[in-house]
Amino acid sequence: MMSTRAAAPVSASIPSASFDLLPMALVPLLALLALPLMGSSSTWLTLTVAGLAMGMIIFIIASGLTLVFGLMDVLNFGHGVFIALGAFVATSVLGSMNDWTSSENIWHNLAAIFPAMLVAMAIAGAVGFAFERVLVRPVYGQHLKQILITMGGMIIGEELIKVVWGPAQIPLPLPEALRGSLLFGDAAVERYRLLAVAVGLIVLLLMLFTLNRTKLGLLIRAGVQDREMVESLGYRIRRLFIGVFVAGSALAGLGGVLWGLYQQTVTPQMGAQVNVLIFIVIIIGGLGSTLGCLVGALLVGLMANYTGFLAPKVAMFSNIGLMVAILLWRPQGLYPVTSR
Amino acid sequence: MTVPLLQLHEVHTHIGAYHILHGVDFEVPKGKVTVLLGRNGAGKTTTLRTIMGLWKVSRGSVHFDDEPIGGLQGQRSTPEIAQLGIAYVPENMGIFADLTVRENLLLAARKARRLDQIDTHRLEWLFGHFPALKKFWLYPAGKLSGGQKQMLAIARAMVEPRRLLLIDEPSKGLAPAIVQNLISALRDLKSSDTTVLLVEQNLAMAKALGDKVVVMDDGRIVHQGPMTALAASPDLLRRLLGLSLGASE
Repeated sequence: MMSTRAAAPVSASIPSASFDLLPMALVPLLALLALPLMGSSSTWLTLTVAGLAMGMIIFIIASGLTLVFGLMDVLNFGHGVFIALGAFVATSVLGSMNDWTSSENIWHNLAAIFPAMLVAMAIAGAVGFAFERVLVRPVYGQHLKQILITMGGMIIGEELIKVVWGPAQIPLPLPEALRGSLLFGDAAVERYRLLAVAVGLIVLLLMLFTLNRTKLGLLIRAGVQDREMVESLGYRIRRLFIGVFVAGSALAGLGGVLWGLYQQTVTPQMGAQVNVLIFIVIIIGGLGSTLGCLVGALLVGLMANYTGFLAPKVAMFSNIGLMVAILLWRPQGLYPVTSR
Repeated sequence: MTVPLLQLHEVHTHIGAYHILHGVDFEVPKGKVTVLLGRNGAGKTTTLRTIMGLWKVSRGSVHFDDEPIGGLQGQRSTPEIAQLGIAYVPENMGIFADLTVRENLLLAARKARRLDQIDTHRLEWLFGHFPALKKFWLYPAGKLSGGQKQMLAIARAMVEPRRLLLIDEPSKGLAPAIVQNLISALRDLKSSDTTVLLVEQNLAMAKALGDKVVVMDDGRIVHQGPMTALAASPDLLRRLLGLSLGASE
């Protein structure tokens, strides 16, 4: 047969497929519900931007984990070690670029932060590759062993970080021009949080482009739904999975840099602490769902900041409460992956 | 005599502790439609999954175009088997519910990275047989009706030329009019010398398409021969398949 350009057979009578907007609407809804409780709109704006920044960082970290679970049913409880690794690598890279980080020129600061991010991603990705080969591959399809061995991997990873960087907490100060806040009326919005939102948006756009506009993304989305059928179509899902695992580890490394700068200190245990949040996010979102992961991360970020301000004593449990409420409403998460 | 494209020789398959196939032995001639008949639980689906490498051959061998693809002589992985030009339409259709009709077809066209790299004439041919696919082109496949999903599953197997199609009960649960469309599309394929191994319980469809018939029971081959011979013998039909299958005609 002759190969020519295929005209997209779009017909005027195509029924429109409805998109479920309700879970997405929860993010503005939560923000609006919080507004009257805050007392002032400037406090609300400050906390909302802080919550969105935190949400975007958590999304960057959790997006790889949810795809790893979706593609191969692998429960990787060691994901947190890549967060800590990324943050520690950033302390070394930024520490060696003092002239750039202490400059008051924001471009100099960014020229230090972006290489730190790239190096952290490269190292976390390479360690992720080894982690998959040595620890994850022997336990495919065995959830209990996956939990045990990946948690063990995280403990070993933390100890190795202590060997390289020492056991103590290390400061990771913000570069000079990213300290302080910008004023919008009476509302003070920290500069760094705007940068975190911007980086998160770039990652989100790249991810959406890859998942929705490329054949690789199509394969990942299909593999999350039915990996056996993807293999029956002639694609090697194992290679795809390794690629996603490495990319997920690299993103966790990037998230670790952002999280470390957000906290301005790094500890070898920081990954384990964030692990709880990212598991809440991927469960809320629907295991394997990227969009669900984004919405879940934003909800968790906002909830943590609002309750931290309004009722600090319950802030620790607020995200557990959020998860319970969402699972009572939608037991499979906000955007469950069909066929799972 | 036509050359066999696929050969199963004394194939045994275990699923966990269960021994499902007990020395299955038959050939699929090139350019013909071979129909695999049998009661529920006879081992038909397991046979197709074994050919695709989704279950491993525990004894015996599977050869495709004289190359070993299953068994001790060389067990290939499922993607490798598919890359030889074997398409599989499972009983549950295996469509990707969250992807659109367009994306499902694009995924099945292994050589195409974009829609405009799919052969237009082949696409139009598919739309001719399955017009619903054109109408619901940008619709999530999970929202199609059962019949439309089946059409998509079969269209996906045909979107690129394949050397062998393995189709598991395509008429299951479909309205008679849709079954007729399906028969017409598969007849077209047959006329283009595509080789098909079809698992079917609808005897009318089996008779309309089959050149050769293989009957299974309890994981074994109990009869094989020309479809015309089986169709012409009510006694044989009753003995091999039981009255219930005859009634489905």
